[in-house]
Amino acid sequence: MDVIYSVNGPVVKVKGTKSFSMQEMVYVGKKRLIAEVIGVANDYTTIQVYEGTTGLLPGEPVEGTGSPMSVTLAPGIITNIFDGIERPLTRLEEISGAFIKDGSAVELLDEQKLYDTTVTVKVGDRIAPGVCYCTCPESAAVIHKCMLSPLAKGGEVVWTAQNGEHKITDEIIKVKDELGVETAYTMMQKWPIRTPRPCRERLPISKPLITGQRVIDTISPIAKGGTAAIPGGFGTGKTMTQHQLAKWCDADIIIYIGCGERGNEMTQVLTEFSELIDPRNGKPLTDRTMLIANTSNMPVAAREASIYTGITIAEYYRDMGYHIAIMADSTSRWAEALREISGRLEEMPAEEGFPAYLPSRIADFYERAGYVRTLGGSEGSVTIIGAVSPQGSDFSEPVTQNTKRFVRCFLALDKNLAYARHYPAINWNDSYSEYVEEIEGYFKENVAADFMEVRQEISSILSKENELMEIVKLMGSDVLPDDQKLLIETARVIRVGFLQQNAFHKDDTYVDLDKQYRMMKLILLLYHKGAEASSRGADVDAIKATGWFERLIKMKYDIPNDKVQMFDEYTDQLTEALDGLGA
Amino acid sequence: MSLKYIGLSEINGPLVALEGVSGIGYDEMAQINLSDGSKRLARVVEVSKDKAVLQVFEGTRGLSLENTVTRFEGRPMELPLSEEMVGRIFNGAGRPIDGLGEIFPEMSRDINGSPINPVSRVYPQNYINTGISSIDALTTLIRGQKLPIFSGSGLSHNKLAVQIVRQAKIADESGKGFAVVFGAMGVKNDVADYFKRSFEETGVLSRVVMFLNLSNDPIIERILTPRCALTCAEYLAFEKNMHILCILTDMTSYAEAVREFSSSKGEIPGRKGYPGYLYSDLASIYERAGIIKGSSGSVTQIPILTMPNDDITHPVPDLTGYITEGQIVLDRTLEQEGVYPAVSILPSLSRLMKDGIGEGFTREDHQTCANQLFAAYARVQDAKALASVIGEEELSESDKAFLNFGRLFEKYFLGQDFNENRSIEQTLDLGWALLSQLPREELDRVDDEHLDKFYDPDKLIALGYEK
Repeated sequence: MDVIYSVNGPVVKVKGTKSFSMQEMVYVGKKRLIAEVIGVANDYTTIQVYEGTTGLLPGEPVEGTGSPMSVTLAPGIITNIFDGIERPLTRLEEISGAFIKDGSAVELLDEQKLYDTTVTVKVGDRIAPGVCYCTCPESAAVIHKCMLSPLAKGGEVVWTAQNGEHKITDEIIKVKDELGVETAYTMMQKWPIRTPRPCRERLPISKPLITGQRVIDTISPIAKGGTAAIPGGFGTGKTMTQHQLAKWCDADIIIYIGCGERGNEMTQVLTEFSELIDPRNGKPLTDRTMLIANTSNMPVAAREASIYTGITIAEYYRDMGYHIAIMADSTSRWAEALREISGRLEEMPAEEGFPAYLPSRIADFYERAGYVRTLGGSEGSVTIIGAVSPQGSDFSEPVTQNTKRFVRCFLALDKNLAYARHYPAINWNDSYSEYVEEIEGYFKENVAADFMEVRQEISSILSKENELMEIVKLMGSDVLPDDQKLLIETARVIRVGFLQQNAFHKDDTYVDLDKQYRMMKLILLLYHKGAEASSRGADVDAIKATGWFERLIKMKYDIPNDKVQMFDEYTDQLTEALDGLGA
Repeated sequence: MSLKYIGLSEINGPLVALEGVSGIGYDEMAQINLSDGSKRLARVVEVSKDKAVLQVFEGTRGLSLENTVTRFEGRPMELPLSEEMVGRIFNGAGRPIDGLGEIFPEMSRDINGSPINPVSRVYPQNYINTGISSIDALTTLIRGQKLPIFSGSGLSHNKLAVQIVRQAKIADESGKGFAVVFGAMGVKNDVADYFKRSFEETGVLSRVVMFLNLSNDPIIERILTPRCALTCAEYLAFEKNMHILCILTDMTSYAEAVREFSSSKGEIPGRKGYPGYLYSDLASIYERAGIIKGSSGSVTQIPILTMPNDDITHPVPDLTGYITEGQIVLDRTLEQEGVYPAVSILPSLSRLMKDGIGEGFTREDHQTCANQLFAAYARVQDAKALASVIGEEELSESDKAFLNFGRLFEKYFLGQDFNENRSIEQTLDLGWALLSQLPREELDRVDDEHLDKFYDPDKLIALGYEK
């Protein structure tokens, strides 16, 4: 029997053994704490423990499981809340009360619950890895499809269970492979968390992830199967933005990873999402959401694993043909967990104490996003949206910089905007999206043919304003000529009336693309008509006196989402009011 | 089981090593008896098969490799707990120092605590009325929240903390009353005295548990102080259903103790020499706030920290801000202009505020009023910056109006007497009266309905203030 030699925080060493393999899951100590092998050498095996190590004695047993750190994949995941190694927190509460105790062994998914299962193959069918053999409703919004594991051998179905109520451990089908070996499959499979699940091919990105947030959808859009990072100092609204995306984006399933963040925030997600209704299917938002909560005071090694647990579950649902969005809040805490463990291993540190392999780990994570054709033949996607918490709000620190290299959409949160309570505090000048060209076609087809031109004009007004503000800061706005004054006033309408969005207002919290487009059109109409009036001799104060700048700032509240025809009335009235000026 | 070992094999700073020991657990407590009869406490920080490294709480002065007997207690550091603790004073390691003798414990708890299961938490929503306008209106304190005060040396954070303790209406029918747990880490003797005296004068001393680690006490004990305080707070809140306000000062001294301890262990330093696990370490303190299911009590934390050189990007305030649910930032310029409390509202924030205010909690117009005050005060900063370049006379009319608003806002809204306790109605009415000093069309965060109801330029005079 192998025994503990030394303990240092979450790192445990075992001396003189060769019985463990890399990344094998092991049980440590009498309490059977869950742990993973992270280093194997001739004299020492190094193990990181996913639970608290207080009271662990040298000499206590270490027991291998023979398999790598894996997640269990079966119905029962959606609507659930897990810790970083997929232990359901509600079960832990039943066992140990409000405070989490170490060494609580629980079954990961409910093995007693009955699901109304429909077998989708019949005896005699050929079945290949990735093909679905049974389905069952998992929540009101998600149909779970059990697929033959990518590692299984395909073959001929020789037996199937009856349709009806089944537990996840029940055998559903038996498959005979070409060698004549029969294997039975239940509704449950396991997958190692650090290995990406295979797909048939990666497809090019072509669709936006519609979020209903104007500054994201029009200025820096996120694509389905894409990657986005949201960096920002504390109090700039990273978590708020993540919550808004989790609530409103048009993915089928949301996986929310609270990685080293606040406990009360996870409670907030739990309570708020069960009260909110998904506008597309009328069901509570929790019915399409699963949560991983590894708060900042929970064991640091499990925080490191939580990211992988989340992405593996996402890939599993992707393989069913769903579109998944992962919110990782925050990837900096994950990087810090890497740093902490690296420090305990006495590895040579690179920048700011982070291990030298930080960039490759970040790349490995973001590269697991993608829009794919699955082994089963359907299309699915995983979109990763990671929050980054730069130390001291300094975007040049290693985590932000390395993340920037591997994501294609960068939504920079700005402290000054947050101080002025301009939410979402996404700085339109610092943010970018490389997806604009790839999803251009979607906007042209589904929103308006001139959507891209309108978007371009809006952003060029904003960037010109940025230049003019340099002068205004030095000399005041009175010295500017009329056309520039008009531009500055228009930019204010764009900033306050369009980019700023009120998450607590029933209409403004989610705005569809059509309304976003019409809002932009109306603002540009005001700008163009204003310029015409100005060329006829009307000064900017007279244009301001018509009150249209203020009306457009408030149109987001005044025009309800279901009354877009009001935009036509606004257009007529605005044209009439400004055409009368300066004549 | 208690094992005794004679002698040590190495002494390095506050750390000692023992070789040839066995059966020692990680994080276990030990007592070191010196040959002169004195005793010191120590904790195991690293174990391997035949060697244990201990940190000695009272320092290693006087220790030699031969004059000690070490006795291991076989369990982690625990704090004896009892309801009698309320009204008592303890040292940083939880021993009574007020001369009233030991307490009779009802139970003992591991001071490191256990993480609260997120599904067992109750989302905090009841606001605490502090009677201070800048906090109640703009960074509302919620029961079960952790809201630190970011201050600097010489600013009036202690006075503000005392005023919050005195005025906070925290107890209600659901809890069995209210108590303050006060943890002082590395504070000056005078400061500890100031708190003691102020609590006495305001008659709350009998409801305060004090844990004092003064600046000349051992730094290792400082690492235990907040943990003892929070263990006591959790016991009173979750076992005895009381509402606990936990004040921890000064978190910067605490973090420095962690750094000193880390470097003596020879760990790889992160930013500014602080260890890489400072975030996790601070989180293990700050996360011990909240409300849990099955108990009617609550733990609300107000940690105080001084920002070195008033720098909010310093690791300690920076990491704190990432863990806590907002922050109240004090500003030296405002303090110098004679504004008390000198709350700099723009960087201040309460994350739990949005769900704990409005109809049914404070007043229906609270959020709108707060949003507009923030937005308007942000404009004041732009106007001030411009005025310092081109002079006040050259400003546009609207910028002048904002400058005037800024002056009145700082004087009447932020500024408040140490003994003035404003109700939330008074605070919000004053907010609207000040906003009404601006032209109506500049209030772009307010809808017409609210404007019709609250916009009244004469209100300020009516409330008894001067323009």
